[in-house]
Amino acid sequence: MTRNAPPPADSGAVRSAGSSGSGSSGAGRPGFLWAVPAAVFFGLFAIVPLIMVAVLSFASWDGLSDPEFTGLDNWRTLLDDPVMIKSLWLSVLLTVLGVAVQTPLSILLGVWAAGHQRNRAVLSAIYFVPLLLSIAAVSVLWRAVLDPNLGVPAHATWLFGDGNLFGTQATAIGVLVFVSTWQFTPLHTLIYQGAARAVPPVLYQAAQIDGAGRVRQFFHITLPQLRNSIITSVILMVVGGLTTFDTVLILTQGGPGSDTTISAYYMYQKAFKSFDYGAASAIALLLVLVSTVISLIVVRLSGYDKMRSTMEGL
Amino acid sequence: MRKSRPNHLAGFGSLVWLLVVGLPLYVMLVATFQSRPDYAANGPLAFPEHFTLDNYVNDLNSGFAQYFLNTVIVTVCVVGIVVLLVPPLAYTIVRSRGRATTTVFRLFLLGLAIPSQAVIVPMFFVISEAGLYDNLIGVILPTAAFAMPVCALILTGVMRDITPDLYEAMTVDGASPRRVFFQLVLPLSRSGVSTIVVFSALQAWNGFLFPLVLTQSVETKVITLGLYDFQTERGVDTPGLLAAVVLSMLPILIVYLFARRALVQGLMGVGGK
Repeated sequence: MTRNAPPPADSGAVRSAGSSGSGSSGAGRPGFLWAVPAAVFFGLFAIVPLIMVAVLSFASWDGLSDPEFTGLDNWRTLLDDPVMIKSLWLSVLLTVLGVAVQTPLSILLGVWAAGHQRNRAVLSAIYFVPLLLSIAAVSVLWRAVLDPNLGVPAHATWLFGDGNLFGTQATAIGVLVFVSTWQFTPLHTLIYQGAARAVPPVLYQAAQIDGAGRVRQFFHITLPQLRNSIITSVILMVVGGLTTFDTVLILTQGGPGSDTTISAYYMYQKAFKSFDYGAASAIALLLVLVSTVISLIVVRLSGYDKMRSTMEGL
Repeated sequence: MRKSRPNHLAGFGSLVWLLVVGLPLYVMLVATFQSRPDYAANGPLAFPEHFTLDNYVNDLNSGFAQYFLNTVIVTVCVVGIVVLLVPPLAYTIVRSRGRATTTVFRLFLLGLAIPSQAVIVPMFFVISEAGLYDNLIGVILPTAAFAMPVCALILTGVMRDITPDLYEAMTVDGASPRRVFFQLVLPLSRSGVSTIVVFSALQAWNGFLFPLVLTQSVETKVITLGLYDFQTERGVDTPGLLAAVVLSMLPILIVYLFARRALVQGLMGVGGK
């Protein structure tokens, strides 16, 4: 009892919550009141704004006068807006490229890091560093390293041509995909490392007795055993890719032109550069809907919401 | 058959990746120890000729000491809120049998899917209406809220591993939920609590979007925003800019050295389960 007082658990709530359970273990269970402070706090700063986004997406608002209900106007305007359509395609393109580059790379690194050799542990610890840094720091760092005049490309024209990687759409997209890969590969590597370590060794022993080589073992044992992790990892990449914002703001500012203006960045521009909060909210809602659908899939696949059935039946 | 032959291809690949990870970090470090003219003349890959700490001193004198302090304040407060609110929440989720609790848990699971970008427009108005625009509190509150879903998930995972027998033993003696929480649950989930401390600290320290939209003056600037402004305003001073990047990373790297397991476990809790 030395810490801050917890939310008061009044005995009535405890009893009623407990008695709905079965038998002897019903007593001494916390009442719902224990969860109230966290729920209220989270509701106020996450759920309420989310509801506001949904409402604002059907309104016209410049932030000064009162919001005006305009029905589906924002949505209609956005669907007619070539930059918006382009931004959706760019979001999809960046996401798909990110998955295509990061997945094979992090599977290989993860399976490699799953070995218990000392050098692998040391290297893995170094590989991990980019994940610790802020997206802002990483983007600023790469912007400086790839600077057309002072950075590495200016001194390696044999590799980079005129050295301005931010000058064309293809190279700018390449930079964005590369920087995200550099930063987030460790996260996915970690997922695959854990999964690879969980593969029963007996499978490999059996394969060795059958004379299967390293490559066959990888494709016929490791890869199928990683199936669930691949699903989780890809979904994380999709959600992360669709909401990429900081990287674009700092590395390309959506340019050249609007060639790397992906939806999340376009939303930011709509809101805080052209003060069209209704349209920005519609884009935001679209992003939430997509990532919610994807997250529900994760929850279903991992069985996380069914926790009660595993531990509490005892 | 027990020992397999060394995998040379994998060994080579691992060194290539080390180069990819290490090269920008090398460029960053050597740039910060030389003057601007030296860096421009010798290029980003050269080792510094005239070693200097001026870049760091200049950064600290031109506002980064203040930004650093602001970031520390934000981080400490965010961690404080998370540690105060999430353990009772996780305890309830794991032990309570009320329907309301299940609903709350689902709400937090839904929260995992809400990217902060998505709520930034209304957040701007909520914080402004509350009179907290350009105030560190206005950054702290949403940052803490958005760290909570993952922390709740991590901590419920840990608390669920406490065996029912232990609860039984205490409740048979007539222990109140409060006593069970402080004498059984908290001590046994220490590792989980340290994981959420490190995780939420990382979120707060690295946060960018909320400070970008919710603050504007020098007095409330956090370090990530300081980096962004430095780049847009004085980006040609690469050594100075990169020294600021190093300053922003330093505390995290120190924590990484000492609390690597808590951190890695936290990140595994996000994706691995």
